[in-house]
Amino acid sequence: MFKKILLAADGSDHSVRAAEYARSLAEKFEGTIDVCYVVDGENAKADVLHHNDPFEIEMARKEKILQVREQFELADYPYELHILHGEPGPTLVEFVNERDYDCVIVGSRGLNKVQTFILGSVSHKIAKRVNCPVLIVK
Amino acid sequence: MKVAQLKQDWFGNVKGDILSGMVVALALIPEAIAFSIIAGVDPMVGLYASFSIAIVISFLGGRPAMISAATGSMALLMVDLVADHGLQYLFAATILTGIIQVIFGFLKLSRAMKFVPRSVMIGFVNALAILIFMAQLTHFSGQNWVMYALTAATLVIIYLFPRITKAIPSTLVAIVVMTGIVLLFGIHTKTVGDLGNITQTLPSFLLPNIPVNFETLAIIFPYSLGLAIVGLLETFLTASIVDDMTDTPSNKDREARGQGIANVITGFFGGMGGCAMIGQSVINVKSGGRGRLSTFVAGAFLLILIMVLGGLVVKIPMAALIAIMFMVSIGTFDWSSVFKIHKLPKTDATVMIVTVVIVLLTNDLSKGVIAGVLLSAIFFAIKISEVHVESELDTEINKRIYKVRGQLFFASVTDFMKKIDFDESLQNVEFDCINVHVWDDSAVEALHKIEMKFKQRGILVTYTGLNAESEHIRKRVSSILKSDS
Repeated sequence: MFKKILLAADGSDHSVRAAEYARSLAEKFEGTIDVCYVVDGENAKADVLHHNDPFEIEMARKEKILQVREQFELADYPYELHILHGEPGPTLVEFVNERDYDCVIVGSRGLNKVQTFILGSVSHKIAKRVNCPVLIVK
Repeated sequence: MKVAQLKQDWFGNVKGDILSGMVVALALIPEAIAFSIIAGVDPMVGLYASFSIAIVISFLGGRPAMISAATGSMALLMVDLVADHGLQYLFAATILTGIIQVIFGFLKLSRAMKFVPRSVMIGFVNALAILIFMAQLTHFSGQNWVMYALTAATLVIIYLFPRITKAIPSTLVAIVVMTGIVLLFGIHTKTVGDLGNITQTLPSFLLPNIPVNFETLAIIFPYSLGLAIVGLLETFLTASIVDDMTDTPSNKDREARGQGIANVITGFFGGMGGCAMIGQSVINVKSGGRGRLSTFVAGAFLLILIMVLGGLVVKIPMAALIAIMFMVSIGTFDWSSVFKIHKLPKTDATVMIVTVVIVLLTNDLSKGVIAGVLLSAIFFAIKISEVHVESELDTEINKRIYKVRGQLFFASVTDFMKKIDFDESLQNVEFDCINVHVWDDSAVEALHKIEMKFKQRGILVTYTGLNAESEHIRKRVSSILKSDS
C-alpha cells in the first residue's frame, strides 16, 4: 500500500500541507513520490510574457512550488518532479490513469480563489475520474 | 528525414487537429468581423484575410498549431490608412508588409527579440488590450439601454456557458443565442449588416487599384513598417507561448517568412494584414490541436461557414460582437503585471507604463515598443555607468591603492574621476582593476588623464589586474601609456 504516490501540487498553502502529508505517508510505507505541477494556458501565457527564455521559465515554475519541494528536500526524501501542460483536472487524470499509482494526494483548494463556482474544483475532478484512491488534504 | 517531419506535422494528430481547427474557426468568425470593424473595413475583408492567412501559414509557417488570422493589433494600425486613403491602399500596404516581413525573416531578425525587454512586451500586450476595449466604446454613442443590456447578456453567456460544457466555444453560443433573441423578439438594435456587407463569394485575385509611383510608396511605407513590426512581435510572442504549451521548439525565422508570404498573398486576394493570435492559438492547443492540419482546418472551415452562413452573419447584433471584444480585451490584458507592479524594479515598471502611455497617445503599438526599448536601453546605461571605488592607504610606503569595480566607458568616466583624490600627498598610487572592464576610447583617455594628473604632482601611477581585452584596447588606443601588469 502507498508504495507509489502521486502528489498534485500548485504551490499554494494547501498543496504544501498535502506535500507534508504525502511525505509522512511515504516515509511510513517506504513509498516513492512523484510531484506533478500542471501549467494551464493562462499560466503559460503569463510565464512566457514575464520571462526571457525557456530556462528562466522553468526556474520560475520550480520557484513557485519551492515550499512543496522543500517538504521533501529538507527531509532528504527523494522525489521526481513532472511539469505537465494543459488543464489541471483532465491532464492530471490522464497522467495518473496512464500509470500505476497506489494513491493520489491533493490539497483541497488551489491558487484560484476567484470564482471556484465558474472554474470548478480540480480536487473533485481528480477524485471522480482517477482509477486509484484519492487523498484530499484540507 | 524531412518527409517524416512533414508527415508528423500534418498527420501526427489528425482527429485532434480537425476538431480543434473547427472550434477555432467557430471562434474566429466573430473576431474577424469585429477586427474588420475596428479597422473600418467590410467584415468580408477580415474574413477573407483570416482564411487566406491561416491556409498559407499552415503550409509555410514555422510553428505548427499556431493560429494566424486578422488581428486586433494589426487592425488598430490600419484605421488611419483606410480612413484617409481607402481600401485599395490597405491591400497595397498589406502586400508591402508581407515583403518587409519576408526580408526580416531572411535577416534572421528573430534574434533582435532578445533586445526587447519583458517590460516592453507586457506594455505592448496591456496597451493592445486597452485599445481594443476603447475601440468598442464608439459603438455605444447614441444608443439606448437596450444595447447595454444585450452586451451584458452576451457577457453572461460567454463567461458562464463553459460551466455547462467546454465542447463548443462559448463565444459562438453567445452569438447564436443573442442573434436568435434579437430576431425572435424583433429587437431594434445595431447589427453587423449596418456596418458592412457580407458577400458570399470566394475571394478573387486582384491587383490593388492604386497609382504605382513613389508617392504611393511614401504613403504606405510607414504603415507597412509598423504593421510588419507589430505583426512579428505578436507572432514571436505567440510562438513562444505555443512552444511552451506543447513543449516543442519552433523556427521563428521560418515563421517570419511564412507570415510575410501569407500577408503578400492576402493583400492580392482582398484581405487585410494579420499575424498570429495569442487567444486563438491557446484555444487551439487547449482543444487538442498540435499540427499544421489544425491551422488549415481552421481557415478552410471558416470559409465554408461564411459561404453557408453568410446571410445570417449580417443579422448578428453589434452588442454581441462588442461583448466578445470586451472578453478578448480582458483576456489579453496581463493582470498579474498590474497586481504585482509594486514588486517590480522601478525601472521595469516605468518602462512598462511609458510603453502603454506612448501607445495610447499615438494609437500606434509600434511607436510604444520603440519608445519602451529606447527607454530601457537608457536605464541600462545609467545602471551600468556606476563605477565603484574603494581605497586603502599603505602608510609605510605612502601608497594608496584604489580598488575599482565596474564598466569603464564614456558614460561612467566622469563620475569615476570624481572619486579620486588627486591632491593627496603620496608617492605611489595603484589602481587595482581586476574587476574593471575598459570598453572604449573615452575610458582609455581617462586612464591616461589620471596618470598624467598624478605625474604632474610627482606621483607614480600603476594599473594592475586589467584583463586581456581591456589591455588590448589600451594598447591599441595609446602607445604612450606606461603599464605594469
